[in-house]
Amino acid sequence: MQRIGVFVCWCGSNIAATVDVKQVAETLKSEPGVVFAADYQYMCSEAGQNLIKDAIRDHKLTGVVICSCSPRMHEATFRKTAAAAGLNPYMVEIANIREQCSWIHKDKAVATEKAIILGRAAIAKVHLNAPLTPGESPVTKRALVIGGGIAGIQTALDIAEAGFPVDIVEKQPTIGGKMAQLDKTFPTLDCAACILTPKMVDAAQHENIHIYAYSEVEEVKGFVGNFSVTIRKKARMVDPVKCTGCGLCTEKCPMKKVPNEFNLGMNNRSAIYIPFAQAVPKVATIDPAYCIKMKTGKCGLCSTVCEAGAIDYTQQDELVEEQYGAIVVATGYNPIKLDQFDEFAYAQSPDVITSLEFERLTNAAGPTAGTLLRPSDGKHPHTIVFVQCVGSRCDGGKGKSYCSKICCMYTAKHAMLTREKYPDTDVYVFYIDVRTPGKNFDEFYRRAVEEYGVHYIKGMVGKVAPQADGTLLVQGSDLIENRQLRLNADLVVLAAAIEPDASARPLATKLTASMDTNDFFTEAHPKLRPVESPTAGIFLSGACQGPKDIPETVSQASAAAAKVIGLLVKDKLKGNPCVAHSNEMMCNGCSSCEKVCPYGAITYVDKEFRMPDRTTAIRRVASVNPAVCQGCGACTVACPSGAMDLNGFSNSQIMAEVDAICK
Amino acid sequence: MQVNEKEFKPLIVAFCCNWCSYAGADLSGTNRLNYPANVKIIRVPCSCRVNPMFVLRAFQRGADGVILCGCHPGDCHYTTGNYYTRRRMTLLFSMLDYLGIERDRTRVEWVSAAEGAKFAATMNDFVATVTRLGENKRLEDLRCKKQ
Repeated sequence: MQRIGVFVCWCGSNIAATVDVKQVAETLKSEPGVVFAADYQYMCSEAGQNLIKDAIRDHKLTGVVICSCSPRMHEATFRKTAAAAGLNPYMVEIANIREQCSWIHKDKAVATEKAIILGRAAIAKVHLNAPLTPGESPVTKRALVIGGGIAGIQTALDIAEAGFPVDIVEKQPTIGGKMAQLDKTFPTLDCAACILTPKMVDAAQHENIHIYAYSEVEEVKGFVGNFSVTIRKKARMVDPVKCTGCGLCTEKCPMKKVPNEFNLGMNNRSAIYIPFAQAVPKVATIDPAYCIKMKTGKCGLCSTVCEAGAIDYTQQDELVEEQYGAIVVATGYNPIKLDQFDEFAYAQSPDVITSLEFERLTNAAGPTAGTLLRPSDGKHPHTIVFVQCVGSRCDGGKGKSYCSKICCMYTAKHAMLTREKYPDTDVYVFYIDVRTPGKNFDEFYRRAVEEYGVHYIKGMVGKVAPQADGTLLVQGSDLIENRQLRLNADLVVLAAAIEPDASARPLATKLTASMDTNDFFTEAHPKLRPVESPTAGIFLSGACQGPKDIPETVSQASAAAAKVIGLLVKDKLKGNPCVAHSNEMMCNGCSSCEKVCPYGAITYVDKEFRMPDRTTAIRRVASVNPAVCQGCGACTVACPSGAMDLNGFSNSQIMAEVDAICK
Repeated sequence: MQVNEKEFKPLIVAFCCNWCSYAGADLSGTNRLNYPANVKIIRVPCSCRVNPMFVLRAFQRGADGVILCGCHPGDCHYTTGNYYTRRRMTLLFSMLDYLGIERDRTRVEWVSAAEGAKFAATMNDFVATVTRLGENKRLEDLRCKKQ
């Protein structure tokens, strides 16, 4: 028989306001096996923990039930408390009477009754708990960063500086991400390339960083400290070692009508290309969808002109398997597609563009060499209308419910820069709210209005209609003046909402990392663990976790790196002892469990058994590798003979909880 | 006809996976979203840990409804656990159907860690459905019934 202590926490008034904690402690004290019961204001405080420790020693407790907040909050705390008093930490169970009781019920009698039942279930479970000891597993001291934008680069640099090897996997031919496409950055108006490209070069030249450009993560196996990742190196048809990046092939390539994705299709590139001048690695890539040689077998001009002999049309995708201790996701964002926003005439008129396209139009390396010209006729626009919140804060189904966070600031930047370069241009900004929380952000926005004379209009644009004379009729409302507005604009710029990159969802499945309803990666705790995924060993960096500007992205990237370093400095990790085990006397070797195990943790061994008649027989039985088992319990249900069970969540424990609840 | 003055409060057992639905339940608590107190949650590592025997045991002991909550398909922390749950429970529920147990007393729902509101709404809906069905008499083992 266990000697169980019950500890009921008030959590200040969080629990005590709706649950009669004294009555809970009093009632549970009369449960079989309970030798001690107490209530205290804050069990998680030092005094509260001392109360538990003293009770464990004084009353020789073999099991502890704590009625408090969610085990997701303080299970680890109370397990440590028990361990400090000499009790096996896995003899502690938590009854969740805060998140799942006091916070959702208003009636004190009802909540108290429920708290007692939850306490009883926990007591019933503790009766069947057994001491568990976690196993240890070694840590592979190498990190993988998925995504080579500013988030991935910063994380990789920080980890590499701490002395650990890092690999960056980037699906594009070059690292740099979205920031490489930007012109200037708010609120300081630094040139994006000037601050990004040195970091790209640093990453490429760092002895601890290896870049897998034009590669994708194919498969992820393993667990924290011991991930095994298969990386697909996509065929470039160019040997990256031999290629010098001279660019002669791109000049000579006869196929020059490929939409240039780096400039968002606003000009063309050749079929063999280097995305931009400062690309890292600076290696040419053949686009097989357009290459004449790849499509028809004729041409081969690039191979002829390449003095380094780097062109290899027979190159195939290559799969490499690498071992990592930690994985950082830095897959970033994309502006949403505007197909469904017909009212803005984005598909109909080339002069309706997105903000990212505007960014390329004003960039010196862009399609117009930095001169702001209308895409339709190449003339200078005299009236520009910026429309904010296109698809952001939009619950109607076609947009996103959240605020994309960066649009207010970059629109202010665009408006300001336009007025500075072309003072004869009239600039209008339609907005719902202007949100500028950030260091020097509001000052920046006010400068756009006060110094640069940008016309800010509170209200939404209802319709953009292309006119016969080539202008765009913008119809909107001005909510402050309470009137309808009709403006003739030469250029309309839409601040499209941003969404996670399309590669994020399949990647999350490979990593078994969870996502929210908008496909942003979920953090382990929104406030206290913002850069970790709930899946151990997976960390989050940048806009894959939520919309972010560059300063925030860089902060989060460094934070993720710090967490990774904290993991990689450890030589061994304590495993989870709540793993499956097989009762060999009951196992009949049927393989049902092996088939459902997602980790391949179950193998079969031939074992010698003594039979009742004193002969020996060799039988095939299941054996679980506790270092590989993650404790999901799929095998326990698949086992037809009931031989497989799960530590910490055994059949009898769950049955006991069911019985206690239904009593 | 006698009028039952005491309103029927069904007993609901909810099995929630540790990674998504239990966290979703916690979130609905953090956001103070109410659902009836007759829902009692049992934490399991994964919805695939729920043996059909547990569901039957709950009904045997007098539960009026049993609900399983797990991660959305494709989001399982253990990659494939919830697919097993879906198949196993489809099988169990069709068997319960055959036995004459109302299909609406059992349910499998996917609730992510971010869906506190969905958790509360699901529980409110499930409790309302089971309340309409009334007491579970067919599977309850009267020998277990409290006096």
